[in-house]
This record gives sequence, C-alpha cells and structure tokens, in this order.
Amino acid sequence: MLRDITLGQYYPAESLLHKLDPRVKIICTFIYMISVFLVRDPAGYAVAGAFLVSMIVLSRVPFKFMVRGLKGIMFILLFTAVFNVFFTPGEVLFSFWKLKVTREGLRVGIRMVIRLMFLVIGSSIMTLTTTPNRLTVGLEKVFKPLERFKLPVHEVAMMMSIALGFIPILVSELDRIMKAQSARGVNFESKRLTERVKSMIPLLIPLFVSAFRRAGELATAMEARCYHGGEGRTRMKPLHYKKRDILAYIVVLLYLGAVIAVGILV
Amino acid sequence: MSIIADHLSYIYGAGTTFEVKALDDVSFKIDDGEYVGLMGHTGSGKSTLVQHLNGLLKPSSGTVYVDGEDICERDYDIKKLRGGVGLVFQYPEYQLFEEDVFSDVCFGPKNLGLPRSEVELRAYEALKQVGISDDCFYQSPFELSGGEKRRVAIAGVLAMKPKVLILDEPTAGLDPKGRMWMFDLIGKLRSEQGMTILLISHSMDDLAENAGRLLVMDAGRIVMDGSTKEVFSYCGELMDMGLDIPDVTRVMYMLRERGVNVGTDAVTLDEAVGDILKLYSGK
Repeated sequence: MLRDITLGQYYPAESLLHKLDPRVKIICTFIYMISVFLVRDPAGYAVAGAFLVSMIVLSRVPFKFMVRGLKGIMFILLFTAVFNVFFTPGEVLFSFWKLKVTREGLRVGIRMVIRLMFLVIGSSIMTLTTTPNRLTVGLEKVFKPLERFKLPVHEVAMMMSIALGFIPILVSELDRIMKAQSARGVNFESKRLTERVKSMIPLLIPLFVSAFRRAGELATAMEARCYHGGEGRTRMKPLHYKKRDILAYIVVLLYLGAVIAVGILV
Repeated sequence: MSIIADHLSYIYGAGTTFEVKALDDVSFKIDDGEYVGLMGHTGSGKSTLVQHLNGLLKPSSGTVYVDGEDICERDYDIKKLRGGVGLVFQYPEYQLFEEDVFSDVCFGPKNLGLPRSEVELRAYEALKQVGISDDCFYQSPFELSGGEKRRVAIAGVLAMKPKVLILDEPTAGLDPKGRMWMFDLIGKLRSEQGMTILLISHSMDDLAENAGRLLVMDAGRIVMDGSTKEVFSYCGELMDMGLDIPDVTRVMYMLRERGVNVGTDAVTLDEAVGDILKLYSGK
C-alpha cells in the first residue's frame, strides 16, 4: 500500500556532481543562493541561469526531476507574482477593475519568480545528487565550527541520520498495522471525513507505541556499544577533499566573481 | 467454509525495475474443517499468499473463491469476508490500541456493524476463550505481559467469529508454556467450533504434531501439497529449500543409519514411540 514513498529525492547516476564531496556541494549551493540575491539586472540573471543550466547538464539528472521541486512551491510562486505585479506602485501600464499593473510591478514580479525558481532548482541539484546520509555527514562537518558556541552539531546530525534510517522501517510498520486493522474490518477508504479521521486512531497509536519501543531498543543497543556522543568519534568513511573538490570551489568562486563583475560593469 | 486459490499470481512493484513475482501461479483448495500447515523459508511468499485469502491484497492475476464466491469481484461484500476469514498477523499484539482490553476486543465486531449487545457478548466470549480473567478487562492493553497481549489480540480476531482462521506464526516469541497453550486453543477452535485452520509456522515439530495437511512454498510457488506424513518423507527436497524435517523423524533416520530396523515415516513423538516399541515387542 505504501511502497511508493521514496525518501529525499536522491537520483542515482554517475556524474561529477554525484562524486563531489558533500561539503563542497553544501557550501557551493550556499554561495549560489547568495549570488542569486546579488544579481539585479538581466545580464546577471543570464550568468546565474547559464551556470545553473551547465550544472543541470553536469549532474546527468533528467530535467523533469529538477522541475518536480517547483511543483511544491507553485502556490508561493503564484502568490509572489500576483502580489508584486498588482501592488507595486509606479507607472501604470494598464488597469482593470480596481487592479493596476505597473511597469515596476511587472519587473519585480518576474524577477522574484525567477529568483525563487533559481533557488529551488539550485538546492534541488544538491539533494538530487547527494544521498541523504552523505548530506548529513556533510552538514555535520560544515557546521562543526559552531560546536565552539555549544551548539550540539554532532547530536543533531546523529538524530537526522537516525530519523532517516527509521523512516523506511516505520513505513513498513505502518503498512503492517494498516493491514492488521483492515483485517479487523476498518474501512480506510471511507468517503466521510469524520470516519476517515477516526480510522487514523487505530493506526497512529500502535505506530507511536512501536516507534517508542524501537527508539528505546536502539538507545540501549547504542549504549551497549559504548556510544557516548561525538567526542573523539571517527568515521568509517571520512571525508577527504580531492582535486575535483578544490576545482569545484574554484569554479564556483569564479562564477561568484563573474556575477559581481557583471553587476558592477553593466 | 472452503477456500480455493485459482492460478493466483501477485507481482510487487509491477511496471518498475524492482518487479518481484511474490506469487507465481498458486492453486490449491482447503476444505471446510481442515487443519492445514503452510511452510516455506523466509520470503517464499507465505504472508503474501494469506493476505490474498481475506482480500487484503488483490491478485495480479487469478482469483480466490471463499465458500464458492469469487472475492475479487467488484460487488463482493468485503465486510462479510473480513468476518468470515480471520487473519492473525505475526506479533498481533502490536496492533492493540484501545484504552482498555475489552474495547480493543470489541473493535473488530463493531466494525462489522453488529448491534452493541452482540458486540459485547462476542468480546466477552472471545476473552473467556483465550483465558483472560474478568479483572483484566478494564486494564490498558499496554500494561499486560507479552503473552497476555498476544491472547487479547487473538481474542480481537476471534470476536469476529471467523469460520476460517489464518495464523501467521502465532507462537513466535512465546515461551514453551505459551506455545502449548496456543496449539491447545487452535485445536479446540477446530474441534469445538469446526473452524478451518491455516497455520504458518517455521517449526516442523509443531506442524507435524498439529496439521493434517501441509502446503510447502518456495519462491512464490506451491511446490508440495499433501498429508503431513507424505510431505515430510521428502527429506532431501525439504533440506534443499532451507526447510527441515521434524526432530522425531530425524531420530528415526539416525536409528536406521545405525542399523536399527525402524521405518522413517514417523512425524510425531507418539508414532515414533509406537514404531520403536513394535520393533522390540516383536522379538
């Protein structure tokens, strides 16, 4: 019943972007996001767009997977566009009823929508080419310096990776419980909303009970193997920067330079 | 209530690259009042098969007849089926959810749309059947011991008064006393209420002691279907499938290897004792 749930959006493929160190991808995505907010004119957008397109080609992930991320923010995109187009004061192009469309509004609206699309596609490239686990490892490394400020970086990363590991287990558990309760005559496909909500109770309670039970068991198992937090802990597959990672940093910095240069020159 | 599986096939993830044929042209018939054991190694398709018998899974091709009616027909009353064919899942205690034991057992019959008095009567009877005492009725099911939880969960299925009871490894994780109690209950359900039983188990000894007939599954197919004695005579084939023969039968094989002239077809302790005594009383 629930077998189609996929976690994250990792798309397995053999590409340079897939091979890159997750830290590189996280930091470069961050730099790209900043650059998108730096650009103000069409030339800048062209540079940012060209960079994005070349990354999409490099990633060897089909384009439709990239666009899938946009579906989720369709409403926000529309909302942004409508608000900016109608409610920015300026030179009126045309108006109907009480709504005025201004030149400035049109410009800001289009700019915002492009910006949002670049942001979402940019971060999609990162999540599509990195497995959730590597992403977690990368995040932990990137945010490691914050531990000086007493932020529990390792703990949060550990929680994230445990949560990721638990999701498929809980999905199969839910599937089992659903079947067991169906065998006791529950109708999960009822048309009436109240009945549907009611039919969630016999699912959620056993699911929570089992989630707590599993969590307790896992904690015991971890302690039995002497887990005591992140201090002095080494990794089975430590991250090492390779030549290509350095190269990636250089490329992204060059791109950032180009965006700034275009902004000043044009 | 008889069950017929007619050329049943089931494919997981049809149309994707992960396509798995979980059931492959499975056909069999279980008559009213039979006690059938179902065995096969992990992943051979046992659980998938039994989920077809009460309509939880729809076959990719083929069909199931319960009491002569095709349950895959669109207008078949699925509620009637759920009441008729009871399915006890592995570790059924994980499906308990109500505030107290009694309401949890009421859940099944209530879903069948029975009047309240009938629901409560059935719940009471079912709890008595599995030996839960009155003072536990209004306890939270989560406060009970593991064995008691299992009994309550089984009562939850029995309260629906099924004619066919399917049990998926009902003794997994139980202590010897709990196992004995379980087979005692299943035996009683069959002899006193004429229930048809389909039992999934990995214990050759339990199957040999209890079931009259065995179905053996391997890689989504039914590879053997015969009386318990008959099936366990295919020692080599069973071993090849990752299965086994009852301990008692193995002892007989060993005796024979050492030159004791006994037959190797005994599957229960009583039979083996009988055979051995016969040998020595003859002298």
